[in-house]
Amino acid sequence: MALPLVYNIESVRTRWRTTIVAVLGIAGSVGVFIAMLALAFGFKAALVSSGSKDNAMIRRAGATSEMDSVVTLEDVRALEDAQEVARGSSGPLVSPEMVVVANLPLKATGTDANVQVRGVSPRALEVHRGVKLIEGEFFKPSMFQLVVGKYAVKTYAGMGLGRTLRFGGSDWTIVGVMDTGGSAFDSEIWCDSNLLAPVYQRPLNIFQSATVRLTSESALGPLQDRAKGDPRLQVQVERETAYYEKASSMLTNLILGLGTLVATIMGVGAVFAALNTMYAAVAERSREIATIRALGFSETAVIVAFLFEALLIAAAGGVIGCIGALPLNGITTGTMNFQTFSHMSFAFRVTPGLLGFGMIFALLMGVLGGLPPAWRASRLPITVALRDL
Amino acid sequence: MKYLPLLLANLTRRKVRTILTVGSFAVALFLFGLLYTIRASFNQGIEAAGADRLVVINKVSLIQPLPLAYRDRIQRTPGIKEVTYANWFGGVYQDEKNFFAQFAVDHSTWRAMYPEFLLSEKEWSDFSASRTACIAGEFTAKRFGWKVGDRIPVRGVIYPGAWEFDLVGIYKGARPQDDTSQFWFRWDYLQENGPPWTKGYVGWYVARMNAGEDMAALASKLDESFANSTWETRTQSEQFFMASFVKQMGNIEFLMVTIGSVVFFTLLLVTGNSMAMSVRERTGELAVLKAVGFTDTFVLGLVMTESLLIAVVGGGLGILAAKAFTVFGGDPTGGLLPVFYLSMVGIVSGLVATVLVGVAAGLLPALSARRLQVVQAFRRL
Amino acid sequence: MVKIGSNGSSSSLVVARDVSKTYHRGSEDLHVLQGINLQIDAGDFVAFMGPSGSGKTTLLNLLGGLDVPSTGSIIVAGDEITRLSGPRLTQWRARHVGFIFQMYNLLPVLSAFRNVELPLLLTSLSSDERRKRVETALRVVNLQERMNHKPGELSGGQQQRVAIARAIVADPTFLLCDEPTGDLDRKSADEILELLELLVRDFKKTVLMVTHDPRAAERAHATLHLDKGLLTQ
Repeated sequence: MALPLVYNIESVRTRWRTTIVAVLGIAGSVGVFIAMLALAFGFKAALVSSGSKDNAMIRRAGATSEMDSVVTLEDVRALEDAQEVARGSSGPLVSPEMVVVANLPLKATGTDANVQVRGVSPRALEVHRGVKLIEGEFFKPSMFQLVVGKYAVKTYAGMGLGRTLRFGGSDWTIVGVMDTGGSAFDSEIWCDSNLLAPVYQRPLNIFQSATVRLTSESALGPLQDRAKGDPRLQVQVERETAYYEKASSMLTNLILGLGTLVATIMGVGAVFAALNTMYAAVAERSREIATIRALGFSETAVIVAFLFEALLIAAAGGVIGCIGALPLNGITTGTMNFQTFSHMSFAFRVTPGLLGFGMIFALLMGVLGGLPPAWRASRLPITVALRDL
Repeated sequence: MKYLPLLLANLTRRKVRTILTVGSFAVALFLFGLLYTIRASFNQGIEAAGADRLVVINKVSLIQPLPLAYRDRIQRTPGIKEVTYANWFGGVYQDEKNFFAQFAVDHSTWRAMYPEFLLSEKEWSDFSASRTACIAGEFTAKRFGWKVGDRIPVRGVIYPGAWEFDLVGIYKGARPQDDTSQFWFRWDYLQENGPPWTKGYVGWYVARMNAGEDMAALASKLDESFANSTWETRTQSEQFFMASFVKQMGNIEFLMVTIGSVVFFTLLLVTGNSMAMSVRERTGELAVLKAVGFTDTFVLGLVMTESLLIAVVGGGLGILAAKAFTVFGGDPTGGLLPVFYLSMVGIVSGLVATVLVGVAAGLLPALSARRLQVVQAFRRL
Repeated sequence: MVKIGSNGSSSSLVVARDVSKTYHRGSEDLHVLQGINLQIDAGDFVAFMGPSGSGKTTLLNLLGGLDVPSTGSIIVAGDEITRLSGPRLTQWRARHVGFIFQMYNLLPVLSAFRNVELPLLLTSLSSDERRKRVETALRVVNLQERMNHKPGELSGGQQQRVAIARAIVADPTFLLCDEPTGDLDRKSADEILELLELLVRDFKKTVLMVTHDPRAAERAHATLHLDKGLLTQ
């Protein structure tokens, strides 16, 4: 009972000049939609991947971020021996850390940026899985040496291997570059916490957090209970991934909020373009439609046919939009995360899921833009249209 | 305008198409207005920055403090008119999501430094009178429903504890781009109740220079005077300081410009296509006009005017809607963009862009209408 | 045999009783057809002639189920089509009527083959069966070598022949032609009329034709005249 697919395909092909407007309108909307989502999710993914599921982060109870937390060496000692903490060759896998912000110029603009500097213990590599040295070596304890993340090298001026950085009244040499899989650490600079503390007028043995490798993912609960039960400790124990998830929420929501708003508005415009195109198609082909109806095809058949054409156009637009957005994948950009008050680089992340979303968005626009004209096509009075020269 | 009936008749010939095209324009200009507003919002700090104010921070890092002792030294520096200082409090009001900037300020010098923040005499004197007093900006006060006289509890994070303040005033901004989301309380109160390691330290200094001074030179001089001490400084103009934050936000502007271009390109296509379609359909009528005696130029003008009419009506609606959105809807992120305002410049830019697109879209169809040969047109029928 | 007036004879293929059609244009009423009574037998070739606006096309549309009369009834092959609802009427039309228009009304994006195949898509025939019938129809109109060409690649006469093939491919009860030669030159027009005669003579088709052309009307068995909505012999 249906009109042959070839009719729709050929119609769209023959009238490609007028349909191209609708196609591009939809492609633009889909492209922008995917780009904004890729930006938001890229940022979130970068932060979340900074953590491991079997690491726990220890901060002072009530602290909102790493920056405003205080963890003493005694706190660390109290937890080190817990049976939930994994052990490595050199002892319990615990890395007490301090996190500060340093003023360094951006390579692109020369203006200052807030760079996150992390003072870690020499055991940091063992605790933080997923951190690999791609150039040089890790800093030696008590040496004014730095290990920089691969994004930091690209973003800030003067960050090459072997270069010297002056801050806090001392010269530091960059001895290694690390790759942490696109996580927040790739935008950080690491050094010995014992050397960092005096630069920031902090007493030694005062840290901001401690990262702990758990014996297993499920060891988190017992460790939290142990910390709560110990009267000496005023700390919160959180899974590392959960901490980073929270730390990204504000900016992620900002980008998602604005992005969705923009994409929706563009989508409305695209629907208008599609409507215009399809209405014009119906008007141009009124005699064709009347003939089809005269031959005995039902109103439903006509609606289905025109809706299918609209979806064909929308799908074409969706595919073009997806192809347009795809090259963004992996492109790094940077922004300031106001929750950590530091600049962070991250990559656009275009996933197959996102592309799927984009296609659904396109098809939705196709339905909205195709249904009213299809409806009108089916209601054309046959005899009038046949007579209409 | 005796040709108005002719013009309107052509536009209402296919009402749905005209409405859709006007709608497309409205949508595109609404988006333009929104993007312009967002961009301005991000750059708000720069626009609001005082042209004669300098910011002095610790050279190592923004989060490092400076000694209070520096105040007198900065004040005494030739070229400096007045100095004030503040600390970033960074507390939490009820929920971490309720973010707004909280500063502990020097109540005796803050007012003079920021004349753009407006309060009554009584409100300023109440602030000076009570150590537990606080002042909030209009945006934040409205957000949480605060009234003068309320007791505001803030959980200190950097300065731990359960802090409480009495709201004695709500400030407004003198200009639309001024930030009314800040929260100020007394620096001396912070000193009294903060942990011992914070005593005698300020977060940053703000200094106003005398008129006619060379800002860059003055900034260098200040930094030189504190060089090689434990607390080295970094002095910048307030504008520059704000700009560095925006630059860290990165490619936001680039993103906006790209989206804007995509939108306009698509819009051009949609309206151009619409105009072309309607001209094609009307070949016969246009030919008749010419046969009757209207000139080629007249016909060109007719088509162009139609295009512009659609553009201006649609664009006008769109910009108006954007303005309404910023006025009645406000910040869509719920607090992260306190200054959400579409300036006159933005509105005018939008209208100019509208006219340009209207002209561009109508140009090709108008030219083809002008070229139309009467005889050919009748034969085509 | 064609008769004006109807006595309810059940051997007739098409019976129209007291059929009238009125259009309401704003405040005015246009009485296009008034009190039409008609009987047409199977195998008849009838021409309808009359000045412009006399309602010839309207009558054809009514007999073909494209439109419904304001009053009266129409019975075709025993079915009272004036009693059928929209979807049922559409189905009836597909089965019983073959249309041939002045402007051919082929779908320009489909090949001749596909155009002729269209009515068969409304049946449950397999793709092979459909192909056989299409080829047969195209052979009847003598256009099988051009079956993969699009209408844009065919002459006016050829396009009309494709339209005729489409009209006969589903073996309808009768063919309705609205000015089938109106847009053709003399030679092509004659070819089309020859074809219609062939369909009536050799294939026993019933053909109702509206025409301006007296030479076309000559080919018919009988000519009925319409003037101001009234039928005369």
